[in-house]
This record gives sequence, structure tokens and C-alpha cells, in this order.
Amino acid sequence: MSNIATDNPGNFLTEQELAEIESEISHLPNRPSAAIDALKIVQSYRGWISDESLSAIATLLGMSAEELDGIATFYNLIYRQPVGEKVILYCDSVSCWLMDGDKVCKKIKQKLNVDYGETTADNKYTLLPVTCLGDCDHAPAMMVGDELHHDLTIDNIEEHLS
Amino acid sequence: MTDKPLTKNIIGFDGHTDLARYESLGGYAAVRKTIGRTDPDAVLELLKDANLRGRGGAGFPTGMKWSFVPKKEGNGHRYLVANADEMEPGTFKDRLLMEKDPHQLIEGMILSAYTISADVGYIFIRGEYHVAIARLQEAINAATASGLLGEHILDSEFSFRLHVHVSAGRYICGEETALLNSLEGKRATPRAKPPFPQVSGLWGRPTIVNNVETLCNVTHIVANGADWFKSLGLGVDGGTKLFGASGRVARPGCWELPMGTPIREILEEHAGGMAEGYQLKGFLPGGASTDFLTPEHLDVPMEYETVMQAGSRMGTGTMIILDDRSCAVGMIANLEKFFARESCGFCTPCREGLPWVQEILDRIEAGNGEPDDMDVLERQSQFIGAIGNTHCAHAPGAMEPLASGLKYFRDEFITHIEGKACPYQREV
Repeated sequence: MSNIATDNPGNFLTEQELAEIESEISHLPNRPSAAIDALKIVQSYRGWISDESLSAIATLLGMSAEELDGIATFYNLIYRQPVGEKVILYCDSVSCWLMDGDKVCKKIKQKLNVDYGETTADNKYTLLPVTCLGDCDHAPAMMVGDELHHDLTIDNIEEHLS
Repeated sequence: MTDKPLTKNIIGFDGHTDLARYESLGGYAAVRKTIGRTDPDAVLELLKDANLRGRGGAGFPTGMKWSFVPKKEGNGHRYLVANADEMEPGTFKDRLLMEKDPHQLIEGMILSAYTISADVGYIFIRGEYHVAIARLQEAINAATASGLLGEHILDSEFSFRLHVHVSAGRYICGEETALLNSLEGKRATPRAKPPFPQVSGLWGRPTIVNNVETLCNVTHIVANGADWFKSLGLGVDGGTKLFGASGRVARPGCWELPMGTPIREILEEHAGGMAEGYQLKGFLPGGASTDFLTPEHLDVPMEYETVMQAGSRMGTGTMIILDDRSCAVGMIANLEKFFARESCGFCTPCREGLPWVQEILDRIEAGNGEPDDMDVLERQSQFIGAIGNTHCAHAPGAMEPLASGLKYFRDEFITHIEGKACPYQREV
């Protein structure tokens, strides 16, 4: 059975994606070593890693899709499902918890009408928990896309998500 | 000479230090006087003499770690890796160093690579640290353009190429052999030791992995000498340390202080004491995987041996404060949920034991605890907590706050179980 992504990754991945992945491979001792970098590159353009993306990358790196999926699903910043325009990485670690981070998170869930792992109906946000963001002196903290937001309270959370 | 070497370029300066500012404040002088001029073995002896100990949590002597790297033979690569995967809950020190003064880390890495004859370096940094990633890359580009990185550094025989590797997540990447697997593009499962990374690390080649703060210290030891470094500490260990406090203190923050500063001084003078209306109940001295200490330990000096004698570990030196209005059981349940989620799943006691512990704690916190639960928790903390029963230190680390929590806050557990409710009535 022919599969456009697996038979020829160049038919599926863009020239830009292929060039960036090859650039990573060029300073590594073997092609599979670029697995995580390649997943991140493709995700940066497409938002997530579809089965087709996974197959194309696996073929490009000379590994099985199953092996690559074992890597992709290990890492929490690789998304194997579609995500919203921005991912909210909400710190649920201990310092934020001590500063009522769980209460703020409950407010976020209510406001966005999502639970962890879900995307808002308007596709704007996906909410995920994350380990300590290293901003504990300004707890509670979260990432919205690439931006760090901190000193969150139940009262100011609206402005952080507007 | 400064008594705050790590933050001298950071304190009182709003921006981040670029190459011009760094050099104007004496930066890269240690590289200029050392590369191609000093025997690498002499630098190693200096580090050993200074007795710099790893600032990532374990406190292993850095010079000794480096001395296990075999003599250079042939032309194969040798690697130096900065562990910038700061993910220990409650720890916020390396981000400050990388965002505010990226060249300090790079200079420390050049000197360290020179000492162990490494030709390739990686800064393994967590993906959420976008600002630090951008500033490190900018700093590497500037240093390379100035001949401080790359081929034939300062026209010497020494070459060192430095890359920023942005991680894709998972706490276990902070374990140095898991980190190496991740750098190789694999699942971040810790490796069996031996062989140790110094002999067979990244792609089977000699490799040293050091924490960011450790590498930053190297610059100042080379610049100012071992005696100066040792004189900075108040007790047995030399140097300064980035200490911090988070939770319900008046002024949460991170401060560079002498190694051996008493815990009381950090909490009362620098953190301003407890926030109004809160009392100190206990604290984790150095991150999630350290044992609880209590107010009776406030006069313990923050250095490796003294905190160990008090029954805990200094860890990363950033303290997490448990106040009297927060539930100890709830806090420990939060910690164990984190550890269970972050298990790599390789070995059974960790993969199965941590979720078991978490489930019991959640049940007790929800008011559905049983008297037998205490025995199970005690047994688990001993069994999973014993080094050697698990593949790596993740699960034993997870048991440190549990075992010590059972010891110091036993009453709170019993109150939950007998009262069939959390007495803190914490509404979420």
C-alpha cells in the first residue's frame, strides 16, 4: 500500500522543514539523533505532529514510525493531537500550589470552559499542566504561548487571557 | 574582589549583560589568561583545591568529577554539557543567571571544556525558557564573532563549538544520563551506571555534565583563585550559593549569599520573614526532592554537610515554605502527583509505586483515608525510598518529602483520617 508521507518524505514535508531538519542532522553523528529536533521543527510550522508528519519524519531519519512515536509521546512539549492557537502551560507544582495556584486554575477552567488537555471552542487556547516554570518568587505562574505570565490571582486572570 | 561573583553583573542592573558590558566588567579575562597559556591539568588542580561542589542538587565535587575523564587519545569528540533543565519544583536560580548574564555561563563552559579537552558543548535547556534561549544564542553568536568560541579560540590550538539544545520537556531530563539520552534524540530514560558519562557519555564518548550555577563558578575560581573562593564560605564549603525562598514569605526571591549562611538569616533578613498572618510550619530546603525541616532547624547553616546532619539535603538551595494555613497532606499530595507524572516508567517501583502513593494521599486529603493507609505509606517510603531498589534517584527523591512529612506532620495525617476530612477546609 502506498503512503505519500512514508514513501517520499519530500512529498509531504516542506522544503523549509527538510532544510532545517538536514541542518540539525549535519552536526550529529547519525540521523535518528535528530528525532526530537525534527519533531519540534515540524511542530513549529504545523502546531502538532499528525500521523502523516510522524511517518514522514521517521522515513527521513531512517527509523520506524513506531520508534519515533515512542519518543514523540514521551515528551510533554510534543503534541500528538491538534492544539489551539496558543497553549497555556499552567504550573501545577508546589510553590504555585502554596500560593493558591489551584484556585486560579479552577477560574481559568471555568472562564475558558475547558479542563486540562482540552481546547477552547474558538480554538484559541489549549490548557495543559506543566512542571515548575522556575518563577516561584512570582507564583502562581503560567506560559501563554511563548510568554511567561505570573503573580496570577483570581481577580487579575481575566487580563492575562484577554 | 567581589563577594557576590555570580550576581555582580546582575544586581542593580535592569537589562541583561551583553558582550561589551561583560568585557568592560572584567569578563573573559579568565579565558584570555588561560586558553593556550595555562596547562589544563593546572586548571583541574585549581578546581580540586577550591573544592567546588555541584550546585544542581547532589553536591558532588566538580574537580573529582572531571578527574575521571580519561586522557585525550585520538581525534574523537569529547563533550561538555551544561544542565540548564531547571525543573526541580521550587527552583528558580539558573534562569536568572542565563537571562541576565549569559556570557558568565559561556565563559565558565570555555574554561571547563579547555580543562577536560572537550571540543563540543551543549547547553541543554528546557523549552519553556524562551528568553534565556534567545539570550544564550545571541551571546554565543557574539562570542564566536569575537574569536572566543569556535575554531582556534584566541588563535590557540584549542577549539570549542557550543550549541543550545532546546528540550521538549520532562523533569527526568535533569538526571544526567537521561539528559544524554535526550540529547541523542531518544526517550529520556536514565542509563545504567557504570559506565559513567566521564568515560562513555554522549554517543559513547567522554562527557561531563554540570549544572549552570556550577559552571558559572568556574569562571571566578580561575579568575580569583582557590583561596579566595574558599574564603567566601562561612563554614566548610567554599564559595557563594544562590539561595531562594518561595511560598508565604514577605519577599519571595533569590539571593547570592555565602555558602553556610544560616537558614534563619535567609528567611528572616532576605525573605523578610513570613507574610503577614502566616506562621512557619516547615520547609523543603532545596527543592521538591528534599526532606522537610521544621522551625527547630532554623539555625542550621545552609551547606551540604550541615543540612544533611539535620536530616535533609541542601539540594538546589531554593527553599519552599510551608505555612500554618496550608495543609501538609495537601502539599505532599501535590509533590507526589508531580513525581508520579514525571516517572520515566522504566522501573516498576517508580512507575507503579508513585501512582499508588499519590492515590492514597489524594484519598486521605479528600477525607476517605483508612487507618491502614499510614502503614502503606510508611512501607512505601522505605521501600521505594531505598537507593538500589530503583533504576535511578527519581523515586528515592520523591520519598524524601513523604518520609519526613510522615515524621513531622503525623498528627495532620491522623486528623484527616479520623476526621474524614481535611481540617483546612481549603476551597478550590
